[in-house]
Amino acid sequence: MNLENSQPDPNNPPAVPAPAPKPAPVAPPKPVVTPEQVKASQAIVAEPINRTIADAAKPAGSEAAAPDLESMDRRAFIKWLTVGWVAFIAAIGGYGAMFLRFMFPNVLFEPKQSFRAGFPDEYPIGEVSERWKDKYGVWVARDNEKIYVLSTVCTHLGCTPNWLGPESKFKCPCHGSGFYKTGINFEGPAPRPLERFKIYLADDGQIIIDKTKKFQQEKGEWNDPESYLVV
Amino acid sequence: MADEQKDKKSLLDRFYETQVGRAIFRTGVPRNRRQRMMVVLNNVFLHLHPVRLPKHAVKVKYTWCMGGLSFFVFLVLTVTGILLMFYYRPTVEYAYGDMIDLREQVPLGIMREIHRWGAHLMVITVWLHMFRVFMTGSYKPPREFNWTVGVVLLVLTMLLSFTGYLLPWDQLAIWAITVGSNMAGATPFFGSSGPGAALLSLGDVNFVHGASDARFALLGGRFVGEATLLRFYVLHCIGLPFVIMIFMIVHFWRVRKDGGISGPT
Repeated sequence: MNLENSQPDPNNPPAVPAPAPKPAPVAPPKPVVTPEQVKASQAIVAEPINRTIADAAKPAGSEAAAPDLESMDRRAFIKWLTVGWVAFIAAIGGYGAMFLRFMFPNVLFEPKQSFRAGFPDEYPIGEVSERWKDKYGVWVARDNEKIYVLSTVCTHLGCTPNWLGPESKFKCPCHGSGFYKTGINFEGPAPRPLERFKIYLADDGQIIIDKTKKFQQEKGEWNDPESYLVV
Repeated sequence: MADEQKDKKSLLDRFYETQVGRAIFRTGVPRNRRQRMMVVLNNVFLHLHPVRLPKHAVKVKYTWCMGGLSFFVFLVLTVTGILLMFYYRPTVEYAYGDMIDLREQVPLGIMREIHRWGAHLMVITVWLHMFRVFMTGSYKPPREFNWTVGVVLLVLTMLLSFTGYLLPWDQLAIWAITVGSNMAGATPFFGSSGPGAALLSLGDVNFVHGASDARFALLGGRFVGEATLLRFYVLHCIGLPFVIMIFMIVHFWRVRKDGGISGPT
């Protein structure tokens, strides 16, 4: 008999006759879950879950119908989860460090911090030179004994004061701080004197101003011989 | 004759029955309360507003509309800001001139002023919104988290205002940012002139100095210059709007999830 033949064979009638003679015992549709399976699952549910960590190392009950992860038990899963999270956090941290470093450029297109400022004769006694104000942000001042270099950054909030020659003072346009020719503050909100920079003579007799080293009066650093040039 | 009219369906009804209509309007013609509610819930734009509101929540006297107005002003700023970007070039050479051109030469030069006024207005409305929320006690549980999100939004609004301040590149802008960014230099440990910076050193080597501190990262240099202008432009147009939108999504979501607008109980 050809099993694949779906046509009813008149010689071999099907084992179950299609029209049932009695209407009473109509077979209910076969349930997807058999009563045996229901019983088995109830047994699993009834079983109290009180596994310890040591138990977790053991494979789950073989009779359990729960999906079996085969080689992965709970401990291994947690271990790999931890490894995964640590790796993820490390990667995020690494990216964070990269982004942070990215914001600090290696090369600046700014005027040099240290420069040659000509010969001492070019700065008359008793005057404040504004020659390097725009380019390097310094005033070069000379009194009877020495030459010193003042920063053009106001110690209040960082604006650039103006040198008012007739009044012989520096006056900041932002909030009105005033400084004497020496750099000492005397009016307005500036909390401390202007800063001075390192100054020295090169071998060829030219002045070199080094802005990387600053001297603050309130720290007593203006007495430092590097902060002025005796001529 | 009457039957003919009854059978005649409106154009909209017939559109609802097509595949395109059903694909767009999933819940069909809204004919009763439930269907109308479903329309609101199933539309991404409509669902931003709650289906139902308590009576007090629509009282202008209670909310001042300040939260909604802040969002509205934000949208205005986004649209006008995008328009300004078509003309403005963030370089030392062009920035100031482009800003003047936007005012004087570009058609509808008021667009730049709308952006500027809107910026001022948004700071005001955000502050007033915060004031209202404080005075009505709406920061109390269960809304503490959303209050915190709101504080972050306030800070982000301030930062947007601050970064936008530099872009005209005039004297006011440059010196305002000089003053403002010097405050970053006074950050504890991260600012070269802040407390604790001197502690982070090995012998003569300072780790936090003028070219490695928070101010330097903000300015991209030792003073406000070309790098600063570009940095602030990118932050103003891309970085901060991106962040503030994420926080706004959370903020609006939490307003609903925390029980809607707070009420007098």
